[in-house]
Amino acid sequence: MASKAVYSHRDPLLKKRDDFEDILEERRKTSDLRYALRCYTPALYKGLTPCTISDLKSMVLQSDQLLYVINQVSKETGTATDEIQLEAEAILEEMAHRLQLTTVRFFAFTLSKIFKTLFRSICVNEEGIQRLQQAIQEHPVVLLPSHRSYMDFLLVSYILYTYDLALPVIAAGMDFMGMKIVGEMLRMSGAFFIRRSFGGDKLYWAVFSEYVKTMLKNGFAPVEFFLEGTRSRTAKSLTPKLGLLNIVMDPFLKGQVFDVSLVPVSISYERILEEALYARELLGVPKPKESTSGLFKARKILSENYGSIHVYFGQPVSARSLAEGRVDRSQFNLTPRHIPSKPSEGIQDFVNDSAFRLVRSQEENMVLKPWVLLAALLLQNQAAGNKLGVLVEDLTEQAVWLRDLSRQFGAFLHWPDHVPPSRVVSSSLSLHRSLVRVSEGRVQLNSETGSGSEFPLAAMTPEEELLSKAVVVLSCASYRNQVLHVFIRAALLACAVHSVTSSRKQEIFNTFSFLRNMFSNEFILRPGAEVQDFEEACYLLVKSAVLQIHQQEVLVTDSGHRTLAFLTSILDPFVQGYQMVCRFLCEEATETLTENQFVPAVRKFFIKHLLTGGLKYVEVLSSDLQKNALAALLRLGAVQKLRGGADQGTLKVNTVMVNSLEDTLGGKLPTQKTLAARL
Amino acid sequence: MASNSSGDESSRHQTARHRLSVIAGHLQRPTDRNAALLAVDCKAQGSKPNVNTSDRGEGRTVPRRRQEIMKWNGWGYSDSRFLFNKKGQAEFTGNRYRLSGMIIPGLKDWMEGTFGANLQHKTQATPVLNTSAVQPPTLNEAFVEELKSTGIPFSHEAEDRVFRAHGHCLHEIFALREGKIGRVPDMVVWPNCHNDVVKIVELACKHNVCLIPYGGGTSVSSALECPPEETRSIVSLDTSQMNRILWIDEKNLTAHVESGIVGQDLERLLNESGYCTGHEPDSMEFSSLGGWVATRASGMKKNIYGNIEDLVVHIKMVTPRGVIEKSCQGPRMSTGPDIHHFILGSEGTLGVVTEVTIKIRPMPEYQKYGSVVFPNFEQGVACLREVARQRCAPASIRLMDNEQFKFAHALKPQVSSIFTSFLDGLKKFYITKFKGFDPNRLCVATLLFEGPREKVLQHEKQVYDIAAKFGGLAAGEDNGQRGYMLTFVIAYLRDLGMDYYVIGESFETSVPWDRVLDICRNVKARIIRECKDKGVQFPPLSTCRVTQTYDAGACVYFYFAFNYRGLSDPVHVYEQVEHAAREEILANGGSLSHHHGVGKLRKEWMRETVSNVGVGMLKSVKDYVDPNNIFGNRNLL
Repeated sequence: MASKAVYSHRDPLLKKRDDFEDILEERRKTSDLRYALRCYTPALYKGLTPCTISDLKSMVLQSDQLLYVINQVSKETGTATDEIQLEAEAILEEMAHRLQLTTVRFFAFTLSKIFKTLFRSICVNEEGIQRLQQAIQEHPVVLLPSHRSYMDFLLVSYILYTYDLALPVIAAGMDFMGMKIVGEMLRMSGAFFIRRSFGGDKLYWAVFSEYVKTMLKNGFAPVEFFLEGTRSRTAKSLTPKLGLLNIVMDPFLKGQVFDVSLVPVSISYERILEEALYARELLGVPKPKESTSGLFKARKILSENYGSIHVYFGQPVSARSLAEGRVDRSQFNLTPRHIPSKPSEGIQDFVNDSAFRLVRSQEENMVLKPWVLLAALLLQNQAAGNKLGVLVEDLTEQAVWLRDLSRQFGAFLHWPDHVPPSRVVSSSLSLHRSLVRVSEGRVQLNSETGSGSEFPLAAMTPEEELLSKAVVVLSCASYRNQVLHVFIRAALLACAVHSVTSSRKQEIFNTFSFLRNMFSNEFILRPGAEVQDFEEACYLLVKSAVLQIHQQEVLVTDSGHRTLAFLTSILDPFVQGYQMVCRFLCEEATETLTENQFVPAVRKFFIKHLLTGGLKYVEVLSSDLQKNALAALLRLGAVQKLRGGADQGTLKVNTVMVNSLEDTLGGKLPTQKTLAARL
Repeated sequence: MASNSSGDESSRHQTARHRLSVIAGHLQRPTDRNAALLAVDCKAQGSKPNVNTSDRGEGRTVPRRRQEIMKWNGWGYSDSRFLFNKKGQAEFTGNRYRLSGMIIPGLKDWMEGTFGANLQHKTQATPVLNTSAVQPPTLNEAFVEELKSTGIPFSHEAEDRVFRAHGHCLHEIFALREGKIGRVPDMVVWPNCHNDVVKIVELACKHNVCLIPYGGGTSVSSALECPPEETRSIVSLDTSQMNRILWIDEKNLTAHVESGIVGQDLERLLNESGYCTGHEPDSMEFSSLGGWVATRASGMKKNIYGNIEDLVVHIKMVTPRGVIEKSCQGPRMSTGPDIHHFILGSEGTLGVVTEVTIKIRPMPEYQKYGSVVFPNFEQGVACLREVARQRCAPASIRLMDNEQFKFAHALKPQVSSIFTSFLDGLKKFYITKFKGFDPNRLCVATLLFEGPREKVLQHEKQVYDIAAKFGGLAAGEDNGQRGYMLTFVIAYLRDLGMDYYVIGESFETSVPWDRVLDICRNVKARIIRECKDKGVQFPPLSTCRVTQTYDAGACVYFYFAFNYRGLSDPVHVYEQVEHAAREEILANGGSLSHHHGVGKLRKEWMRETVSNVGVGMLKSVKDYVDPNNIFGNRNLL
């Protein structure tokens, strides 16, 4: 049975999490070939109407929904319906998967080989697998893995095959299709392809949504997609995209299935394959187009050790219980259900809220490796201006402190307790030797890229040097980012406590709300959950003896300063980054600055300030942060994007408001004033 | 397999006649011929109003003291009940029904298998009413005095009052079995005619007494429950003695009937003149004409005869403001909103229906049952939909789901010959093995055709042809007939269940065609889930059937029952589950009720069902017609 609430913020420590099992262990002992050819008989959905892939297609093409849209489009465009019907068939042909057991077996074999070379272990929570197996039989299932790597969906299918579970069909971006053979192979292993954008194309949308719904309703296979929409380059969870979630919720909301089980799957990599690739992409080196030959070039990564992977299949979340008391399903009673309609505001809010809950439960079940804590500490050390690096012993001491703190905060930390901390630290450092080096007992971030062919050491300008350093910093940040969700609420509170001069609870809450609002494009903060988040933060900081909270007052304890300092500095790069974006907009933005020019211009501005020492965090060079900041300013109305005409995409800056936001972020202005400035 | 197409004319006629008598066999035999048609003047009876029996109406089913022939704490006649005999076999007692006196060998296994019930675990109902548990009546002396002077019979005996304090909701019967008595009417009056009712209502208004009209007492919406907050004296107005057919108009095919007549008497008396109304709700043995009007009842043969709103031509109702009726019997009028529709479904909140002119039809020449097996419920619904689309539904067509088919099957009486049981085996083999139907998925549609013989046979062929397109196989008359029998004995079965820790109830809805499958699936699943969540130890019976087809939708009927051993408050659990099921119905586009009505059980959903303005309209009618809330049963609003 699915759990009622996706997560509870009561006491994170009480959260019971399952144990892991390494599935590669078995692979290392027995024949991969026999494994690939073994009998595969998964348990199926109890309401399954068995059908072939071509049955499925004709069901879609004959569905009332699609026929309705075809007629509609025909009336609008004057094209004959049979022509549009053909068009729809072509779209479906381009989209549809061709799940085939032989291809799956091929993948089972090759992936076994590849995984064994790349990874030390692939750990899966078997209780989660059992829950999933149960869920698959009872209701249509939607798998929602986190997305950090291209590996993700192959990995999930591989695991499901290993456990004899029904293989999912996976929504994949069209860019994979570019890789000819691989694209087709992915198709045969269950991927179906959707165009990245098809905004106004009614017919495309109808075919696509009907295709997904048909598979879901018939229980053809679990449907898998990435709530985050794309791979997160920063390892922070991305603000969820709602399109597909809307589609899979629809059959439940309209009563066509009793329930839908949504299963968040958290995949955590000890080392991400695309680590340096992402960092470069964030710094503006364009990402290589996916191509088959490109993939083969990536073979060199085969020689490296990427540590272990943890895959946690979360508690299935019942769409029904999410909707209970929130959605009045009778709103669909008065129109035929096959007529497409825009979801009402209430439904949109509900789906959005559900999406956030699901992403948060992905975050919470993400396994954190010790290295994640080390990365956080090393970045803080570096930003503090410590040029020599930190003594291994000091780092170990800090790591142990942080380990205990994060455990108190309910982090899902995989720290081997039977091994002495110094060993844990040294083995982490050695696994990530491409990012850190240890010399003379001190740990330092690599400043020059060891294998750097792109930035040859000799001919480096200061700017190039900075960028090469930034690659390492951003890589490290992508590990540190993995722990942010544990601390974010407390960190926002810590910043609020830090910047508010009084100890009045109400004022602190105001500042907390302001910061939370400011950063809600950056972190997963559920809309409308301010009070809940504030209470959770208070709860955690009181429990860890950092704060004392009375009726109206918030006081910092003597022992709490270290934690507070840690928490404020973990958020500091973001605060400063956002401030600098504001400054850029006030000082340098021209009348004609467009959205597309924004990132390069900000980057230039930042590089200038980094080189002159006016800015201490190299990681603000991340285009992700810059885009999020802009999105936040757009959302708050401090910047407007012009639509239509010659000015399409031009940014119009409300300098007064941006200025006051900057000041408030810097703690120079009380929150109230900013709010006033908005008026 | 198909309807018996062999056999010569005379044997067909014989079976036809037999079938007619079977229908009549659902009903009680007439005991007295002289009770037929009497255009009697209404005279107040004697000076000893609260003596029992021996008035007129001997031929009628319902005496004033109902408890003499009916159970006070269960369904139906006292002499008819299911029980497990000494051999542990189920048996139906009495001699009123086709099933009476028969052994039902499959029932024990079905009960044990379906509910995990056990014959060792029995709960005995309180055998006799403990009259000391009944609150003494609060009498309005002035009212009683004036009533006495009218000569209208009345009673304030505990047994009479308790009998009229309830309908047949599970919680009502469960409480009675436990000997728990809540607020009951303080007095019962038995008017004999329209004028008596006028007098009673006048007196009630004069003395501010609360009146609750009582017809057949078969309500399943808590409509008869006395509002506990009512402080006035409550008088139950029992219409059962107003049970005459006042005239039959063969030119216009109408009959003018007093509202208290129960269905079986009405049909029987009309039959004697060669007519029928064709209105056969499942409760027709006990429910009354006035009750049908007050609840917007529906009969199983509505495809031919229509529902109650199609059948009534004229209604007379006594309200605190006076008598409401139309001035003529025109078949249709355009005179503003039809005032009949304020009365139909008013559930006793506005007044008492006293006389009704109802359409009648010549009795059908020929009747034939039938059944079709479908490989699954989806196909069955698709077939019913097609039948409705072609507007060729037989008098009755019902589709039982798999669970209900098994239920009906368990009620098969012991077969007399080895040959029949061999044939049954053969049929089963043919359907499951040869045709490949999954015995756990197949479902059965039961059919009843009625009309001139030739037309019936033609009609039958048409329907079976449609069924064949949806994979349906004709499965014989027996299965069909047994399906209908189920509806007559289901309430008796519930009493048996309650003897063995099983409680259950039925409820219904109406829903557009495209949502029929979804609502059936979701409501059944919701019931199962809620039972599990509420700690029910055994899997519940959660089953449905599509019982009526319309152009734009269907009526769906759910049965739900579970074994409550291990629960401390089974009725509460039961109510929570039923509540959830109703929520699910509404969320899936179903109506609040197709024919059971709202009563007090479902009134919390009235506002969302008919909108604020709708409620306001109904309220203003109530406020005008009955400003002092004399008809204070508090149903509906």
